[in-house]
Amino acid sequence: MIRFDQVFKRYANGREALAGVSFSIEDGEMAFLTGHSGAGKSSILKLIALIERPTRGQVFIANQNTAAITARGVPNFRRQLGVVFQDHKLLQDRPVAENVALPLIIAGVPRREIDKRVRAALDQVGLLTKEKSLPLELSTGEQQRVGIARAVVGRPRLLIADEPTGNLDPELALDIMQLFKRFNDVGATVVIATHDLHLIDRFGARRIPFREGKVAA
Amino acid sequence: MNARSWALRHAQTLVGSLGRMVQAPLATLMTMAVIAIALALPLLLGIFLLNFKSATAHWNQALDISVYMDKRAGAARVQAVAQQLRSRADVLAVRVITADEALAQFRSVSGFGNALDALRDNPLPDTLVVTPALLAAGPHDAQALETAIAALADVQTVQVDTQWVTRLQGIMAIVGRVVWLIGALLGVGIVLGVGNTIRLDILNRRTEIEVMKLVGATDGFARRPFLYSGVWYGLGGGLLALALCTAAVGLLSGPVERLAGLYDSAFRLRGLGLTGGVAVLALAMMLGWLGSWLAATRHIRAIAPT
Repeated sequence: MIRFDQVFKRYANGREALAGVSFSIEDGEMAFLTGHSGAGKSSILKLIALIERPTRGQVFIANQNTAAITARGVPNFRRQLGVVFQDHKLLQDRPVAENVALPLIIAGVPRREIDKRVRAALDQVGLLTKEKSLPLELSTGEQQRVGIARAVVGRPRLLIADEPTGNLDPELALDIMQLFKRFNDVGATVVIATHDLHLIDRFGARRIPFREGKVAA
Repeated sequence: MNARSWALRHAQTLVGSLGRMVQAPLATLMTMAVIAIALALPLLLGIFLLNFKSATAHWNQALDISVYMDKRAGAARVQAVAQQLRSRADVLAVRVITADEALAQFRSVSGFGNALDALRDNPLPDTLVVTPALLAAGPHDAQALETAIAALADVQTVQVDTQWVTRLQGIMAIVGRVVWLIGALLGVGIVLGVGNTIRLDILNRRTEIEVMKLVGATDGFARRPFLYSGVWYGLGGGLLALALCTAAVGLLSGPVERLAGLYDSAFRLRGLGLTGGVAVLALAMMLGWLGSWLAATRHIRAIAPT
């Protein structure tokens, strides 16, 4: 599903975030990208979501070389992908249901179908009763679950998450991780960047450790 | 995406962008007022120019052509020429003033009665006063008519004063150009004004646009509500401009009618009418759309999620 081949990433400010990274993640796999902040985890996710492009090397997603995806093709590519952010990135002035519906609205899914799928996604994250609330009326954990519902509502085959439990207490964090595990159980490839080693000890998933822009041996 | 859900989506965006504008009524009204004033100024100038043109359209009577006949031509010959001229399409009427009538009139108005008695012969010729038809009201047509009359037998002199009409029309043409120029400049102003408003709007909603792009929105999708905002601004500004013009015409129509009455004219000030109003609204919406398109296309492309 994902293959990095000798990928380098140097940002405009001169910082080298990735220095020759190679790894691959199989279809249907669940993997944790671990390491200290600055080790390159976030850069990996940004390259997968085409928020950034590699300076050198190649990134393959679903057997497609991402270098071949032009700026015009990026929106369509992102629709095949579910992304969960540490800071949720919700639209604060719109109710939960509309936030979750956003990817479907953008993809032009018919209204009736949207309603059905939004309710299904909210049900999966346990927030069916909060569909009319505004994000700010929810707790941090609930907001994160709205973010997850939005990521999965388009039924992506690949789900990526950047420190999804970063702001949560351990119990809530475990809840969230179990939620990701459930999506993996039904077939989605799940890639999560986290520095919380204690938490992922409880999951049997594969770990890809990063150190100073490289995959640590 | 089927056509119905596409139309529905557009309708929702359309209403949504209006809702957003209503939430900031003062700012919205200010933008619309700027558009309205920029539209109303050239419109009012245009309205008054058109009215002036229609008020002066019947001044072709002042273009009457005086035809002085040869003194050797007899009364029958004069009548024959008059008849010949009447049959022309570019002639509305011909009035014959015989030499005797002319002398009598001159005697009564000039006060040279006694001096005239001293003359053995009547020095005045028979005269035809030719009123050109409306289609010959322009100075060029009038000149063609003048040349044709001068070529007739027994016509001594043809006199027509087209110079002041030519000058007036020249001035009107310049004023017309100036109105178009002002209109064009203010139109550019509207486009830039709407563009700037939309630009600020986009900066305020930067995070939202970023999020949309992250979940797969194209630039076009993110741009759409802003385009609708631009059209709404245009529509609101256009309606306000029409209100301003109607009010101005209403305020001036009373005095204008009184003035026209003093000139025995039934002239009345005319506004834009329905077609004109619709055209103004269409133009305003187009300018609003153009302004928002220019701003949104540029600034939304520049927003990249990080």
